[in-house]
Formats: sequence, structure tokens, C-alpha cells
Amino acid sequence: MVVGLESWTLARPELFLAASAMLLLIYGVVRGEVATPFVSVATSVVLLVTAVLLFAPYREGTAFASLFIVDRLTATMKALVLIGASIAVLMSRAYFEQAKAWRFEYPVLVALATLGMMLMISANDLMSLYVGLELQSLALYVIAAFQRDSLRSTEAGVKYFVLGSVASGMLLFGASLIYGFCGGTAFVQISRALLDGKAAEFGVVVGLVFVVAGLAFKVSAVPFHMWTPDVYEGAPTPVTALFAVAPKIAAVSLMVSVLMGPFKPLFPQWQQIIVVAAVLSMALGAFAALRQQNIKRLMAYSSIGNVGYVLLGLASGSEKGIQSIVFYLAIYLVMTLGVFATILMMKRRGVMVESVADLAGLAKSQPMMAFAMLLFMFSLAGIPPLAGFWGKLYIFIAAVEAKLFIPAVLGVLASVVASYYYLRIVKVMYFDEATDALDSTPFGVYRTVAFASAILVTLFSLAPQPLSLIAAAAAKGLFP
Amino acid sequence: MTIGLAHYLTVASVLFTLGILGIFLNRKNVIVILMCVELMLLAVNINLVAFSVFQGNVVGQVFAMLVLTVAAAEAAIGLAILVVYFRNRGTIEVEDINAMKG
Repeated sequence: MVVGLESWTLARPELFLAASAMLLLIYGVVRGEVATPFVSVATSVVLLVTAVLLFAPYREGTAFASLFIVDRLTATMKALVLIGASIAVLMSRAYFEQAKAWRFEYPVLVALATLGMMLMISANDLMSLYVGLELQSLALYVIAAFQRDSLRSTEAGVKYFVLGSVASGMLLFGASLIYGFCGGTAFVQISRALLDGKAAEFGVVVGLVFVVAGLAFKVSAVPFHMWTPDVYEGAPTPVTALFAVAPKIAAVSLMVSVLMGPFKPLFPQWQQIIVVAAVLSMALGAFAALRQQNIKRLMAYSSIGNVGYVLLGLASGSEKGIQSIVFYLAIYLVMTLGVFATILMMKRRGVMVESVADLAGLAKSQPMMAFAMLLFMFSLAGIPPLAGFWGKLYIFIAAVEAKLFIPAVLGVLASVVASYYYLRIVKVMYFDEATDALDSTPFGVYRTVAFASAILVTLFSLAPQPLSLIAAAAAKGLFP
Repeated sequence: MTIGLAHYLTVASVLFTLGILGIFLNRKNVIVILMCVELMLLAVNINLVAFSVFQGNVVGQVFAMLVLTVAAAEAAIGLAILVVYFRNRGTIEVEDINAMKG
């Protein structure tokens, strides 16, 4: 344990982000609406600088009386979250300007939500876990309802808020039981108490179930996924893009560090829960998406399915499993940002459209955009040699090595079913007759993001090694 | 009869269950849901404080303070979102929150 100034040094990226968010808020309040473009760009830059601060120089250890931990895993996950949030902010401007909801509070709220995500990733105590989680959630509830003259956006906000608070309540109830039966909230204390034979106590297992349920909600795993389709569909599209990457990665990371950290002694108990949640998520993600017409809703089910694969990696409980999770999340981040950049380009005569049928004939009117979307869909479906294939491959290898044969087979079958609806989008773009072509998007953020993601997804197979090494180093953090 | 830890935990579990049931059985008003969420958090606070007192360590009380603070922020944000929703929809009946299916 380090004390005094050392603690502050370890938390330097978080402190920088917190201070910048508050300064940007003050600047916005003083200057008013004219400050919005600056605050937005500055937030993206601040998020990227925070990501750099994580590694330059990289230090690890625990801080603030072991409330806060930094290791390779947390630093890598934070970097993914920060990149996702930063690009999501960049992608927001055109959308919100058109919706006449372009206010400086939006980037500031994203920065605060990201700060919450960083704190929860670094949590090493039930208290810091809860506070980080709530900082994230409270900011995200507001962001979901940010387009405040839109019925669908505000309804998404209400639904997300109600179900999110229930999940937080359950997590908290579990945390209180674990505190009571283990005699402390620090992860080290919990882990020691469990190793000393508290693991068999009924209260601890009940507490664990509540905590896992709360976390499963945050990653939108079945059976706690019901909010996801509505919130993804209702929230403004750039917000959906943010939801699909940053909070999801942060919550997965939290789940990994809680279950593989203090609750490692209860592995046999939680493995069953996670396997069931993983298989159900993969199945629901595949089957429920088949009849979706709205592309944002479809992506919501796709993200539920993807969480299923991630949980399969977690259920294997091995170093390889954690490595595959980091690997998968990095690829998922790139693919998802690409898809949402493409969705944000879907406009007809200046109006955003979001149904699958609107993509008809895109291959003729905008071959580049259609080809990028085709690459993302093939990658999400897991067709080699695109990046998505490697992500799934690593997960299945880890699951098979952990002797989870049946869940792995079910996962492969689910991914076959899922490829049907990904390929349906390709079919609509390439073989359906267009009734009315979409507008072409001028060069800008959306095209850059889509292009960069497409390149990364395509060329990934040439050099999967670096990412694999980063993921391996991150997983090592949990297995000293 | 002396009142022990088990009694406090029972009260807390009953309150928590009432909160959960209130959310899922309530078909009338979203404000009631907000009250149920508060009820859940209060149940947790009873748990935390009871454990803290009976174990003689103060961590639970610190945790309870944090929960109180967050609960206040949560209520503020929930009501704000509800006001914005009401302006668009004109009602906050639970059954009317259905612009999107599901």
C-alpha cells in the first residue's frame, strides 16, 4: 500500500480527467452556447490525453488505502473505454446540431461518465465500485434523455433510469450482505474471508448472486437485458454508439475484476451462473435479432450476443479466458464504432433514417459506404479473415480448454444463426432495388471513422500478434 | 426479548422485497417506482448499519453515508428525466411508456 503523494500519482489520469471536466463545465457555463464546439473538441482531446497518461509513465499498485488499484488489466480496459468515448464524442456533433440539441453539457457529461467508468474499472473495494458505477450510471441516464424534445429519447432515459436503479439497488443489497458476512468491503478482506472458510456461508452466496445480477444488468446479459433494445433504439444515435462501447467495456472489466479477484474462491458457484447467462445471451442475441427492422435495435441484440461470447471467456476462468476477453473487446470496439459511423451516415434528404430497408440499393448509390458496412457485418458474423473471426476464435479456444464443450458448441451454433441477420443487411444493400437513394455524406468524422475501422478490421489478420500480446500482458495482471 | 442482528436483517429484507415488488407489480405511476427505489436503498442502509454495529467496525456506516448521497443524486436525476418525459408525453402512467415496443 502506498500513502500520501504516491496515491495521487497512481490516480493521475483520473484526476486529470476530473479536473478537465470541471474546467470545461465552468468554461461552458461562463461562455454559454457559443462554447459548445470548443468544449466538444476539447473533451475528445482530454479523453485521448488521459489514455496517454495511463501509460506514460505506467505505474501499478494500490492507492487511497487500497480503494483503488492500477494494473495492466485495468490500464488496458481504461484505454479501450477512453478511445471509445472520445470517438463517440467526435461523432456526436453533426447529429445533435441537426436535432437542435447541441449543448456543451453533452461532452462534459460524457467526460464525467467516463470518469465513473475509470473508477469502477479500478475499483478495489465495494465502496469505490459502487461510487464509480453510480457516477457512470447517473451521467448516462441524463445522456440517454439528452434530446429532450424527443419522446423516444426521453422514454429511453426513463426506462434506463428505472431499470438501472433497480440493478444498482440489487448490487448494493448484495454488497451489504457480503460486507456483513466477510467483515469488510475491501476486495483483499473479502478474498481472505472466503479463503478462511466463509465461502460456504449462505449469506455470502446470496450476496454474490445479487452482485452478479446487478453487474449482468450493466453488461446487458440475459436475463437482465430487457432495457437494452429500447434504450439503444430510443437514445440519440451517437449516444447509442457510446452505450454500445464504453459502458459495456467498463462493466465487463468490472465483472472480470470482481469475479476473478475477491470471488475467485467461489468460482464453482459463479461459473454456473455465468455459463447460463452466456449461453442465453448468445442465443437471444441471435434469435431475437432475426426479425428486427430498426438497425439500432438490431445492433442492441447484436451487442447482447457479443456480451454472451465475452461471458463465455469469463466462465472459463483461466488466464487464457481473460486474455480472450481483452482481445475480443478491442476488436468489438473497432467494429461497433465502424457500424455506428455508418449508421450515422444514413440520411435521406437530410433526415436521419434507421431502418434496415433504408439501406436498399446502397451498393449502387454509395459503393464505398456499402462495402465498409459489408466488412463490418462479415466481421461481426465472424467470417475469416476479418478481425471478428479472431475474437470469436480466441474465446472458443479458451472455453474448450476450460472443458466448457457444450457452451462452446452452442456458441458456435448461435453465431451461425446470428450470421443470418448480418448477411441479411448485406443482401439488402447489394441485391435489393433502391426506391429512394440515401444522401451521400461529405467527407468528415463519420467517413474517417468508418474508413479507419474498415481498414483495421480488414488488415487485422496480417498482424494479430501485437493485440494478442497486449491482451496477454493484461491478463497476467490478474494472475500474478 | 433482545433485538439482535437477525431482526434488523429481516426488516431490511422485507423492505427490500417490498421495493422490488412495488416496481414490478406497480402499473400506475412512475413516481411510485422512484419511491420503491428509495425503499430499496434504505433497506440496504439498514443492513449496512446493523452489520456495522454488530461487528464493531465503522466501514458499514461510511458506506451508508455514500449510499445516502448517491440516493439523493439519483432521486434528483430521476425526477428531472421524468419532468422532461412528461413534457413530451403528457402523462407518466407506467402503461403509457410504450413508444417503443418491449
